[in-house]
Amino acid sequence: MNTHVKPGIWRRTGNARTAFLYLLPSVILFSVFVFYPMFRTIYLSFFLTNQNGEAALHVGFENFAYLLESSAFLNSMKATVLFVLYTVPIGIIIALFFALLANEKLKGIGFFRTVYSSTMGISVAASSVIWLFLFHPSVGVFNRVLSVLNFPQIQWLLDPEWALISVSISTIWMNTGFSFLILLGGLQNIDEHLYESSRIDGAGYFYRLRRITIPMLSPTLFFIITISLINAFQSFGQIDILTKGGPSQSTNLIVYSIYREAFINYQFGTASAQAVILFIIILIVTILQFKFGERKVHYQ
Amino acid sequence: MTISLPKKIWIYFLLTVTSLLVFFPVLYAFMISFMTGPEILQGKFFPQSFSLDNYFKVFDRLPLVKYLVNSFVVSVGVMFGQLLVCSLAAYAFVFMPFKGRDFIFFVFISTMMIPWEATMIPNFFTIQKLDWLNTYQGLTIPFFALAFGTFLLRQHFKTIPKELHEASQIAGLSRFAFFWRVILPVSKTSLVTLGAYGFLTTWNMYLWPLLITTNSSVRTVQIGLKQLQSQEMSTDWGVVMAGVIVVIIPTLLLLFLGQKQLQKGLSQGALK
Repeated sequence: MNTHVKPGIWRRTGNARTAFLYLLPSVILFSVFVFYPMFRTIYLSFFLTNQNGEAALHVGFENFAYLLESSAFLNSMKATVLFVLYTVPIGIIIALFFALLANEKLKGIGFFRTVYSSTMGISVAASSVIWLFLFHPSVGVFNRVLSVLNFPQIQWLLDPEWALISVSISTIWMNTGFSFLILLGGLQNIDEHLYESSRIDGAGYFYRLRRITIPMLSPTLFFIITISLINAFQSFGQIDILTKGGPSQSTNLIVYSIYREAFINYQFGTASAQAVILFIIILIVTILQFKFGERKVHYQ
Repeated sequence: MTISLPKKIWIYFLLTVTSLLVFFPVLYAFMISFMTGPEILQGKFFPQSFSLDNYFKVFDRLPLVKYLVNSFVVSVGVMFGQLLVCSLAAYAFVFMPFKGRDFIFFVFISTMMIPWEATMIPNFFTIQKLDWLNTYQGLTIPFFALAFGTFLLRQHFKTIPKELHEASQIAGLSRFAFFWRVILPVSKTSLVTLGAYGFLTTWNMYLWPLLITTNSSVRTVQIGLKQLQSQEMSTDWGVVMAGVIVVIIPTLLLLFLGQKQLQKGLSQGALK
């Protein structure tokens, strides 16, 4: 150590050097398992690959061109967008409704809070298996209810018209627990005094909801909308167990499509191109959210 | 604040109905797990008897104990790995001012925008090259660094009074001693939140174990469920549901015990 020669620089960088040691584990792990594979994915998306996932033939943007012309991929994109539209708004509205109910100060409310958040403790795989049974054409509960009511039976997961809707219903159920927990936390952070003064003015429940609760909750809502959107684009487990992308590709969401292309068809180049598209979509969603969402958000 | 009686009744009514709807699938799965084949076909809700036959069968047909142990080892491993790696990083971000700190923090946060699924192909090959397929380290180490966790702990470390830091320096505590003996103990609540979150998400992980476990040596329960479901399809739903119940009990318990804590911690991390 040459502390005596250059005390200034050595001491001034002391913090940085120690800090680097503390940051090192994260830096290494992020480099190896996030940044390197991200660049590698982008790199591979310009190549045709061999079975070991190594770049074999440079094809420029042809993978992307191929995808944008492939009806299978366009169909997968369409299914993904529909799935996001089906699950995110309804899921958040339901979770918000639960959170508003569970925020009332009543006896035994803790029990209801636990029930509402329970789906967060149930894995995607377990939930999917349960829903697979609920959707079962003959012994499933939905068709039993329909038959009791004298309605025609629905082939929930087997009918291309219904499969995506069925998967969406089960996904909404799986996600309400987490959204509920976050929204309840947000509601509990709202200052009580705001309500008290409005109560004196004699404002009704819905007026207070619109004028106080929703604006004060907007940062939390903003957060949960972003997270839900990103989660929806990343859905995989429910597809793998409920439908395997079928029937006739109607539930082949993008992550499932990447998985199949890479690990079943061994087309790592086009799979990487799809992964790049997924990355870009999530990037755009996040940026749009921050650009337009942020303006409408009211921070305390 | 007082709520009028009719309004109270109305709220309790809504709470009860919606809770039943939310909990119905789990409750029904629980009931099915005690039923025999014919009972399920008849579409009953309550089993004739609460016999544990299906539970014995499911442990018989799958190496479920092994899968449970695997899941437990992996989840606890990720939990402690995340706590250590994230708290070290958060400590540096809060207590060591250095040039470029904000930039590095931004780089950390930017990893949140990269979906894991977009990087899984190269990650799979990395694990293969390291010869980590079918190993615990392959299932755990890639998840140790977590931007969300670093962020959450940083928010909490920031609330620790600076005087504590100065006092520790006067007392001659080394930086690491300060971190280990002062910072970590006073941040217990955040650490518990992050720990519960890490355990829960790892226990429930699906895609990664599906990719890198090709035999039952370190396979987790989630993949076990998939196996069970594809083996038993249409034949024995009682056994399948017994498997489901066994798999969800640990996380449900954890959630029931730590619901309040988790909610507080997560919404704090979300907002500040």
